Amino acid sequence: MSEKDKEQKQGKNISRRSFIKGVGTGTVAATVAPAILVGDEKAAEAQTDEAVASAKIQLNINEEVTEIEVEARTTLLSVLRDGIDTTGNNVDLTGAKLICDKGECGGCTVLVDGKPVYACMMLAMDAQGKQITTVEGIANGDDLHPVQEAFIKHDALMCGFCTPGFVVSSVALLNENNKPTIAEIKEGLSGNTCRCGTYPFIFDAVETASQEM
Amino acid sequence: MASWGEASQSRLIGKRITRLSGKDKVTGKAKYTYDINRPGMLYARILRSDVAHANVIDIDLSRAEELPGVKAVLPIIEVGKKLRYQGQEIAAVAAETDDIAKDALRLIFVDLEELPFVVTEEDALAEGAPQIRDWVGNKSNPGTNEKGEVEIGFNEAAVTVEAKYHTPVQTHVCLETHGNVAEWTDDQNLTVWASTQAVFGVRDDLAGRFELPANQVRVITEHMGGGFGSKFGAGVEGRTAVQLAKITGQPVKLMLTRRAEHLVAGNRPSMTQHVKAGASRDGRLIAYDMRGYGTGGISSGAGFQAPYVYSVDNIRTERFNVTINAGNQRAMRAPGHPQGAFAMDSLMDELAEKLGMNPLEFRRINDPSEVRQAQYTLGAQEIGWHRRNTIPGSGTGVKKHGIGVGSGLWGGGGGRGTQARVTINADGTVEAVTGTQDIGTGIRTAIAIIVAEEFGLTPTDIAVKVGDSGPGLRSGGSGGSQTTASVAPVIKTAAEAAIQKLFEHVAPLLQAPVDDLRVGNGTIYVASDRTKTVTWHQATGLLGMESISEGGNWDQELRQHGVAGTQFAEVEVDTETGNVQVIKIVAVQDCGLAINRLTTESQINGGVIMGLGQTLLEERIMDPLTGRMLNANLEDYKVPGTYEIPEIKSIVFDTHRKVTGVGEPPCIPTLGAIANAVYNAIGVRIRELPITPDKVLTALAQKKHKEVSNG
Repeated sequence: MSEKDKEQKQGKNISRRSFIKGVGTGTVAATVAPAILVGDEKAAEAQTDEAVASAKIQLNINEEVTEIEVEARTTLLSVLRDGIDTTGNNVDLTGAKLICDKGECGGCTVLVDGKPVYACMMLAMDAQGKQITTVEGIANGDDLHPVQEAFIKHDALMCGFCTPGFVVSSVALLNENNKPTIAEIKEGLSGNTCRCGTYPFIFDAVETASQEM
Repeated sequence: MASWGEASQSRLIGKRITRLSGKDKVTGKAKYTYDINRPGMLYARILRSDVAHANVIDIDLSRAEELPGVKAVLPIIEVGKKLRYQGQEIAAVAAETDDIAKDALRLIFVDLEELPFVVTEEDALAEGAPQIRDWVGNKSNPGTNEKGEVEIGFNEAAVTVEAKYHTPVQTHVCLETHGNVAEWTDDQNLTVWASTQAVFGVRDDLAGRFELPANQVRVITEHMGGGFGSKFGAGVEGRTAVQLAKITGQPVKLMLTRRAEHLVAGNRPSMTQHVKAGASRDGRLIAYDMRGYGTGGISSGAGFQAPYVYSVDNIRTERFNVTINAGNQRAMRAPGHPQGAFAMDSLMDELAEKLGMNPLEFRRINDPSEVRQAQYTLGAQEIGWHRRNTIPGSGTGVKKHGIGVGSGLWGGGGGRGTQARVTINADGTVEAVTGTQDIGTGIRTAIAIIVAEEFGLTPTDIAVKVGDSGPGLRSGGSGGSQTTASVAPVIKTAAEAAIQKLFEHVAPLLQAPVDDLRVGNGTIYVASDRTKTVTWHQATGLLGMESISEGGNWDQELRQHGVAGTQFAEVEVDTETGNVQVIKIVAVQDCGLAINRLTTESQINGGVIMGLGQTLLEERIMDPLTGRMLNANLEDYKVPGTYEIPEIKSIVFDTHRKVTGVGEPPCIPTLGAIANAVYNAIGVRIRELPITPDKVLTALAQKKHKEVSNG
């Protein structure tokens, strides 16, 4: 047992885990950084130094080009929600939600080149050169997408916090399979979590939307 | 006498109406507290204890303060005090970005002296366990209840059952974590966007703590992402956000992390009960003796219903709280009821079997509710009760089906304390304003339906403004399924008063007395001569430079307290994997007058699914060696996902035309229904939730072993 471990065991320090996100193109993957002890200056500073390396990038979001300065560790979700572009405007696309922060709930689902991706698991730098569509970009102006119309019609939402993720995942599902069975709907939306329990009406909504599309 | 009128006369009330907030929610426009971005806003985070029990020896914030981008660092616990559970707050930081706030937490140095801890009920009650608070043996003083003579009951009983039932701690898992955005507009005026079930509760809480007049604190909750009973006060995180905003002079957003949400933002307490019950040969429940306990973490509040629903002549109960080093319980959807229902409905089936009686018949004999008696008939038809295994476990094949039943009850009659104004403007627009909040149940739409019904308009014509203490129209917290029954009567009476005022303007024009006027479809007409009519806009145009703005009152005749519910479940148990798949749930829910049948069905579905989660999936797992929660995330703490969802037949069971809340009750009967269906499928009873595959396989193996040894 190292000195550090001993100290921790004796309750001299509080340990926390830090989580660095990584992602490969098209697939979602994560690497976990070694544990960092609070109170461990070197580790904390190394983490900080690495993180502050930043660059100016361009992202194509909802068919508009946004130029923004990001750190290496900045996630796509963070840009969408909290980013300030190089002209000083908030990106302010807050439809995608951070709920679990680790690819477990689908609340932050966006389309990247038409495929559903967890924006909390994708680094902003990796999103360069791709077409990003958020829930705000699903409707055609004031004309709602059939999935959105069907969600409203069937009351496929209660508190609505998970709804943007479900809408985007449903659109992605129907783009790939426009006449899904109930089993295929369940599989297609299995990466999204709702706590209010709206699932039965979500299934109804996707079925209705599939008939409209 | 005030009344909602006949169903045949209602254009809107009781129909299926889509939500007013639907479009905003499906397009991502709906702004939750978590979505609020204010100019110059800082991001705050809280450093939390990662140990279960420790003395705080020293906290050094200086390095964190020096980190560029950090604007404030605030100690929360004092040196010399004790940290009593994992997740307890130590200090907070506010920084220009969330990532900088995260970095700053790593630069806070904390010296702790770890203390002995207990994180399970068993460890807390064990001989020689460390005493972690002012309770000898880590137990509260027991509460007892006695009715009749339980020993006489047992002497008369033809059959008795003795069993131990257990439900673990469940966490709320609000998808929008607890949190706030705090902004001081000057040193005496505070605005807070709060993810809360009680806008006015948070306002008063913060006004008290920061010594501000209540009318100088404004709390806004336009949309909120789930509360389930855990979001009533400002909380440590709310007070911290306000304090950090005060120190920095900038708006501060502080939302809990998912991990913290599991650890400190409330949970449903556990329940363990040792129960003995007896029934007479003719099927009357005549004796009930229960000793039980639960843990609400470091706090108390681990109550549960026992006995439940069914009548018993002779009762003796004793229950107490066990304290452990874990986060506090908070009210969670029908506090105490689902746990009690699981134990009671399991017990009822065990007794029925010993009597050789159909479990439904046994319930009919002992259930005093006429409503549930009718629900049993309807639910049994819907599920096909006759298809159940007369001999439990007798089905053939690897995947075995079973059917079970469970019951529940709730109040939901609302209360006084809601103020509202309904305003008609000269341009024909209508506003309905009250200080309640829409926590996902659809009160905004219900208000619009009520006003539109009174005015002959459509719900989208009504601008409903809720979730803001700014207008000063108070309403209570959304708890106890009380919102609709508290708010609806006030809105209705306000709307009635407003339309009467408009009739007074219209009467001279139509040359008819006020009491001869009625609303039509966007019109006002004379009842005795329907050719005399004006459009809504012509009518409101008469107001000129005026508006009509009326308040309402909570007319008790418009609401009713007390609902009954029954559910039937069909399950399929895979005897090779131990997996339980719920095939169908029939939920027959007494709802009173459902203002909006569509959103009422949504609430029933939601209750069933949360009950299903508690029965099959959910459990806070504490590690007795480290004192930490092992599954404080959404991967290892399992909530129902798409694959777990059965066919749900939600039956809005109309019993009367008075408003009653229905947010909580549908989550109650599900537990017993599923547990009894599992027993009916496999013929072996699992008395400990959640019913996970390992428990099913173990139970099946024990049954097999027993059968083999019995030859």
